[in-house]
Amino acid sequence: MINSSYFLLGFKSVRSVDSPAIALGCSFLAIGALLKNIGFNFQQSFFSTFFTYALPGQLVMAESFLIGASLVNIFIGVWLVNARLFPMAVSMFPLLKNKKQPKWKYYLSCHFLAVSSWLIMKKDYKTINEDYRIDFWMGIGTATWSIAVFSTVLGFVVSDYLSKDMMIGLAIVNPVYFFCMLLGSMKNIAIGTSVILGTILGPAFYLVSPEWCILYGGVTAGVIAFLVGEFND
Amino acid sequence: MTDLSSNIILVIAVTSIATYLSRSLGVLFSERIDKNSKIFRLFNCIAYSTLAALISKVIVFPAGNLVEVDIFIRLIAVFICVALFFIAKRNLVYPTILSAILLTVLIKFV
Repeated sequence: MINSSYFLLGFKSVRSVDSPAIALGCSFLAIGALLKNIGFNFQQSFFSTFFTYALPGQLVMAESFLIGASLVNIFIGVWLVNARLFPMAVSMFPLLKNKKQPKWKYYLSCHFLAVSSWLIMKKDYKTINEDYRIDFWMGIGTATWSIAVFSTVLGFVVSDYLSKDMMIGLAIVNPVYFFCMLLGSMKNIAIGTSVILGTILGPAFYLVSPEWCILYGGVTAGVIAFLVGEFND
Repeated sequence: MTDLSSNIILVIAVTSIATYLSRSLGVLFSERIDKNSKIFRLFNCIAYSTLAALISKVIVFPAGNLVEVDIFIRLIAVFICVALFFIAKRNLVYPTILSAILLTVLIKFV
């Protein structure tokens, strides 16, 4: 059903030197502590990462919950900040498509889609046999998701021992790690332009619309970068 | 079950559904997309730029604990870590570890 050797190969990829394990662990540790501080119990904190597994969305959820936002507002807020997952899925799953593989694998494993797992898959997919890329992906996803769930639980347990300064220190790890990883993935003019323009336009559109800035900035930068890439081909 | 507890369960359910929606619709849409097509390349660019937009937004206009750190301190920490990333031949471990230490030290002394 699942090719275990490819699954394990993917699972072990988080042990590499450039592994996202540290960044993931630090940020979900902070999320675990935050959830405890806003009144979630142990099981609720565990299931929050277990079922959601998307850091910015969980931050929006926590903030919205704190101010007593309605469920509809929470849904819209989370959907907007996590809408990036749609283009990420569209730009990755065609690389994993294989007629021999059942569809349930794709719809189950899309839950593992996150910046960390996506960047590993984009970096390594060419080295993996096309027939088993989905199994390799499931291995990567299971590993990164497990780290996130474990770190959330750990953060919940040790939250009383984390000072404010330590929480701030943990909060910068994730953006620094992923920003460096994105800079490292700029291998052609289209992706390079996407990353540079996205970096500028995200905060720029925040001044126009804080809720929609990621989508506006991302889509505008992406379309321009695509045209630049096609023009230079 | 208390009102607060059942409310939290609903909040987790709504957050999970909103997140899975984008992921699963992406899979559904990608069934009709060829990896060598122009539309695939377009979505690839949008994915990278959306991620870059999200990360830079988190640094410049953060939510949570980072709000309490002055923007210049945040930017100095990020620039130093990015410089280290390139100096260390794209090693991700050094800037990742340095970022937490650097920000904590800068908050204390700047």
